[in-house]
Amino acid sequence: MSEVTIKKVLVEPILSNNPIALQILGICSALAVTTSLKLSLVMAIAVSLVTAFSSMFVAMIRSHIPSAIRIIVQMTIIASLVIVVDQVLKAYAYEISKQLSVFVGLIITNCIVMGRAEAFAMQNGPVLSFLDGIGNGAGYGLMLVAVAVIRELLGSGKLLGFEILPTIANGGWYQPNGLLLLPPSAFFIIGLIIWGVRTYDRKQAEGADYKLSAHKVKEAF
Amino acid sequence: MFEHLLSLLIKAIFVENMALAFFLGMCTFMALSKKIEAAVGLGIAVVVVLGITVPINNIIYNGLLREGALAWAGAPDVDLSFLGLLTYIGVIAAIVQILEMVLDKYFPALYNALGVFLPLITVNCAIMGASLFMVERDYNLAESTVYGVGAGVGWALSIIALAGIREKLKYSDVPEGLRGLGITFITVGLMSLGFMSFSGVSL
Repeated sequence: MSEVTIKKVLVEPILSNNPIALQILGICSALAVTTSLKLSLVMAIAVSLVTAFSSMFVAMIRSHIPSAIRIIVQMTIIASLVIVVDQVLKAYAYEISKQLSVFVGLIITNCIVMGRAEAFAMQNGPVLSFLDGIGNGAGYGLMLVAVAVIRELLGSGKLLGFEILPTIANGGWYQPNGLLLLPPSAFFIIGLIIWGVRTYDRKQAEGADYKLSAHKVKEAF
Repeated sequence: MFEHLLSLLIKAIFVENMALAFFLGMCTFMALSKKIEAAVGLGIAVVVVLGITVPINNIIYNGLLREGALAWAGAPDVDLSFLGLLTYIGVIAAIVQILEMVLDKYFPALYNALGVFLPLITVNCAIMGASLFMVERDYNLAESTVYGVGAGVGWALSIIALAGIREKLKYSDVPEGLRGLGITFITVGLMSLGFMSFSGVSL
């Protein structure tokens, strides 16, 4: 990274360096909540805020942390922020917090949060780190929302609870695809999105482990 | 009681597989499933750590954090359950550290085999997830031990299976953009479909 500018820090993680598609970070807690768009939006906002604030706090005290215990310090900051998010959700959106169940707590172990604190916030100032957190959170959120839109729209014909495709059960024409509400579909969708991103941007593709040798045997006749 | 625990074990291994049904521990799952030996080492480490941390977190939750748990200290109204997240992650980090030191001192062979993987386990969501599920489902000590081991075995099973598939997969001619990560996700999706057929199993 030659120069760190505000724009670069905010925009880059969203498309060209998306944390989920490229760095395989943070999919742990991402996929289980993508059955509904509402949950995914809440999750995306929660992760962005936690990443942004934890990066900011880590950046503020970065020159005072002894490097031997930095992981524990970062972990404590992140865990405290997640507790705040969890309590706020329980107080103001109890239904959503019940549906998100353990996955709010799992933001602590989400590799994006820790990864940004370790990789970016330890070297940069608080303002840039905050924006970097927002950018990475937005990149994560974009992926989450994309998966959720596909799963909820095709799986139940609804978006945010409003009917978009009228289902046969309600006298419409759309036959919902139940598979999309089950866990395997999230893997397929992420796999296909990665394929799409890497086909669009060739240099992100991985090389083959083994090269197939050319067919050399002459035809028998 | 025994039947109940057995059913819980089967459920934790197959029906509610940590990796394939709840997407937990995915980062390590994707990154370290290229070789079977590495997958076996990581799998064993996860079983051991889960089998220890879930019961310990259970004791801490029931003895210190839960509402009314501090009655023995003369404070029956105190509810510390909001400290749960911070406590569990601390316990997990501490246990992994202690385990590493004990293995290094008394079982050097095992330490050499598992050594690399142990620190990675602290940030593995499957470990944290199992403790949180234990609290949410209100397991007692026996149940949480069985659940911890079962969840670990289930996770180990799926990462070893995936490593086996990927060792074969590297000889195949995959479309350029799909190579590596993409095809792995789709393979895991198919495995997850397979594991879904266990969902009717109950003892």
